[in-house]
Amino acid sequence: MTEITHYSQVWSYRTSRGRLALWGGWLALVALFVWCWQIMTRDTIWFFVADAPTQAADIGSRMVPPRWSYLPELMQPLWDTINIATLGTIGGVIMAVPVAFLAARNTTPSALILRPIALFIIVASRSINSLIWALLLVAIIGPGLLAGIVAIALRSIGFIGKLLYEAIEETDATQIEAIEATGASGAQVLSYGIVPQIMPAFWGITVFRWDINIRESTILGLVGAGGIGLKLQASLNTLAWSQVTVILLLILATVVLSEWVSARMRHAII
Amino acid sequence: MLILEGLSKTYKTGDAALRDVSLTVPKGQIMGLIGPSGAGKSTLIRCINRLVEPTGGKVLLGDMDLVRLGKADLRRQRRRIGMIFQEYALVERLTVMENVLSGRLGYVPFWRSFLRKYPPADIQRAYQLLDRVGLIEHADKRADALSGGQRQRVGIARALAQDPELLLVDEPTASLDPKTSRQIMRLLTEICAERDLPAIVNIHDVPLAQQFMQRIVGLRAGRVVFDGTPDQLTHDALTAIYGEEDWNEMRRGDEEQTRAELDARDRMAALAR
Repeated sequence: MTEITHYSQVWSYRTSRGRLALWGGWLALVALFVWCWQIMTRDTIWFFVADAPTQAADIGSRMVPPRWSYLPELMQPLWDTINIATLGTIGGVIMAVPVAFLAARNTTPSALILRPIALFIIVASRSINSLIWALLLVAIIGPGLLAGIVAIALRSIGFIGKLLYEAIEETDATQIEAIEATGASGAQVLSYGIVPQIMPAFWGITVFRWDINIRESTILGLVGAGGIGLKLQASLNTLAWSQVTVILLLILATVVLSEWVSARMRHAII
Repeated sequence: MLILEGLSKTYKTGDAALRDVSLTVPKGQIMGLIGPSGAGKSTLIRCINRLVEPTGGKVLLGDMDLVRLGKADLRRQRRRIGMIFQEYALVERLTVMENVLSGRLGYVPFWRSFLRKYPPADIQRAYQLLDRVGLIEHADKRADALSGGQRQRVGIARALAQDPELLLVDEPTASLDPKTSRQIMRLLTEICAERDLPAIVNIHDVPLAQQFMQRIVGLRAGRVVFDGTPDQLTHDALTAIYGEEDWNEMRRGDEEQTRAELDARDRMAALAR
């Protein structure tokens, strides 16, 4: 064991070039921050910033006490909001499932043509915010619930499609191989080899997206696509701050509740 | 009867996994396939039911050449070949019964399999097979609730549900302990004897192969380098298959290993008590 002294005691995690690059990188990052800060603050009017606490306190004082008598009037728009989220999620799932199977490498019927198309649908849906989808749809199919539902559905395709196709690609190939070896047809391989493996992911993704959609649908009314956002916009326009408080608290309660429901459901499934 | 004629497989990467393999497996024979990792054992059995496409040669099951078949015909012929896998390859989230019935997928239309409305005869047969492998009371459990040995029994029942004329068995005991391995091998050999079923068993455990196989074929680098009875598997034969090594020492080591594992398990059992 005395031989051990012949071995080097020096070992470093990074090479000296790597260390230098790391330091250079951090330095560049700090320099960038300082430079951005200077541009950012050049046009700031510091009087307004200094005034901010007073303004906040002013609006805050007008927001309390909340006008609780406004609450019954909000129940119908809230119900609309939940319906937009739920129906939109269902619509999104219906459209996303085939897209996911076309996009997954192990199930796509044509990797050269259909897979890129499916991936493009996913990216296109994800790149446009649901508020912008709603703006477009209000212009196309007119204001109201339907525009909201379609906007939520279109936005959901990308999210559900992407997560689901990743789940499909992560399935265990030997289970699929075993089903193929029995002489099963393509549809049977799908329903016995792949579907059981992605079911937990599927329900988890769907409930998670529903939870997100509840949050997103609360603001769709701002652009006229129905729901509680309409009331929020109306109250903001008339500077009825005590009503705004009631709406915000109601949205908060709804979101907390939906999050609780989705957590419970996902727990039950997985 | 299964006949392989000049079977070859070269992967796209240029690796020749099988070179001109010719074998005949008569009815009722259990043939062990041994060889080092990468010798082409898995490729060989997967070329038979074309989970891997062979690049040359013939696979004759009865008088049907499986290599030439189109997609639909291949599916029909795959029903005749049952396959048992190393990691069981059960659909983990389905019940034991669904897994056994999935052996009937090639025989039933899609709607029946989708709605789980199998013909009564298939269901009766599935129960009979579960009883044969000793798992009838676990029929409605999910596959992932079973132990390794139990899962492999379900795998055997699924393969038999196909009413196969040939069994392909890929490392059936690689994930099992020595005692369960022997139980599974015994069950396999009994079942093959009962039905006069030929089987090709990939196995890396040489003593296990010698104990249970009627015939042993040794593969090395995609070629058959040994074909004989377990008794003929001498020191020289093993060296031809695996390369130079002290085989008597290894066999003693294997026995020792088995004894040590059994001993360790007994002690664990005593602790648990």
